Amino acid sequence: MVMADSFNFELVSPERLLLSEKVTEVVIPATEGEMTVMANHAPTMTTVKPGVVTVKTADGKTERFAVFGGFADILPTGCTLLAESAVHVDELDRTALEKRIEAVRAELEGASDEKKTRVEQFIAELTKLGEIVIPA
Amino acid sequence: MPSLKDLKNRIASVKATQKITKAMKMVAAAKLRRAQEAAEAARPYSQRMAAVLANIAQAVGADDAAPQLMTGTGKDDTHLLVVCTAERGLCGGFNSQIARHARDHVRKLLAAGKTVKIICVGKKGFDILRREFASLIIDRVDLREVKKIGFQNADQIGHKVIALFEKGEFDVCTLFYSEFKSVIAQIPTAQQLIPASAGPVAVEASDASAVYEYEPDAGAILSDLIPRNISVQIFRALLENVAGEMGAKMSAMDNATRNAGEMINKLTLNYNRQRQAQITKELIEIISGAEAL
Repeated sequence: MVMADSFNFELVSPERLLLSEKVTEVVIPATEGEMTVMANHAPTMTTVKPGVVTVKTADGKTERFAVFGGFADILPTGCTLLAESAVHVDELDRTALEKRIEAVRAELEGASDEKKTRVEQFIAELTKLGEIVIPA
Repeated sequence: MPSLKDLKNRIASVKATQKITKAMKMVAAAKLRRAQEAAEAARPYSQRMAAVLANIAQAVGADDAAPQLMTGTGKDDTHLLVVCTAERGLCGGFNSQIARHARDHVRKLLAAGKTVKIICVGKKGFDILRREFASLIIDRVDLREVKKIGFQNADQIGHKVIALFEKGEFDVCTLFYSEFKSVIAQIPTAQQLIPASAGPVAVEASDASAVYEYEPDAGAILSDLIPRNISVQIFRALLENVAGEMGAKMSAMDNATRNAGEMINKLTLNYNRQRQAQITKELIEIISGAEAL
């Protein structure tokens, strides 16, 4: 098997740098649909919706992270994902996620209509994320 | 002249105080290390954010697509100051330095005939600014319950600021905090948040920015990015503040411990001298009593 070219991938949240590694493939849940980034991707900037980022590292391992919105900066030589908040899938549990959904739901009270649809969409995405990550 | 007993009590109380300040210094040192780590860990994000923002701002250019948060309202009549200070005292001049910096700024603005509104983050700054500008303070954020400042805390403040901006409550927003230079040097700093100052982000924006693809379009990303950037800036300010507070507290407590040590030495000397004087006096009394026989 021929190894695909690798590139630098960085996953950063405001609190810390979660991952900075050579990878061959990254699947990003972009707002316009999931996209797979490989080496020599055209320079792209995209917003990210809550979902799972799947990273295939250069040494063949696969890691999964749950991200809660953010955006990605993709260059031929590397990719930076700036996440609003991100955790490794193994560290995520249902109660934490539910707490987060609860917090967002609280924002719904007294929000304007336009914001309401946005928040509702966000909640739906979070719920879906929960279903993917944690089998009930 | 205090009696021997008084002196003894005094020494004991100063010793007790010294123990407290010593412990506080040690706690501050441990917290400082953690705060520095947190500030360090947050740095990559804000750096990347600045680079991305510079890139995208260049792509959007100065056309009408740029959101108001970036370009401002075109006026500068009403100023909003977000003053970030610590929740606790006993850290030297840390809080009053920031408050003084903000106060000078407010006075200058008022003298120029502008309207000023203040949001206080942290109790100490609120206490100081309330004396002079009680009517200008529109809100205060209490972070006392917060053990470790997370991005969410900053995000809340950011949302508050943006909501006010959307309501047209102010034109220019400035953030006041203390920049952490080193353990002994914290520099009170004012940073303009809205409209975003192009100063520090203008670097390294030139490479390959023209060929970017945007998904959705650049304007949409930009309007998503800028509110986030404001939260990030506030987050950074809060982290720097925590590190600065702990640094200031450490050196203040170190000074206090040293002062207490000096005081104990002086009191002990005094105590011994008096005790010796008393012994001598008693001896003289005995000897002269014996001679009189």
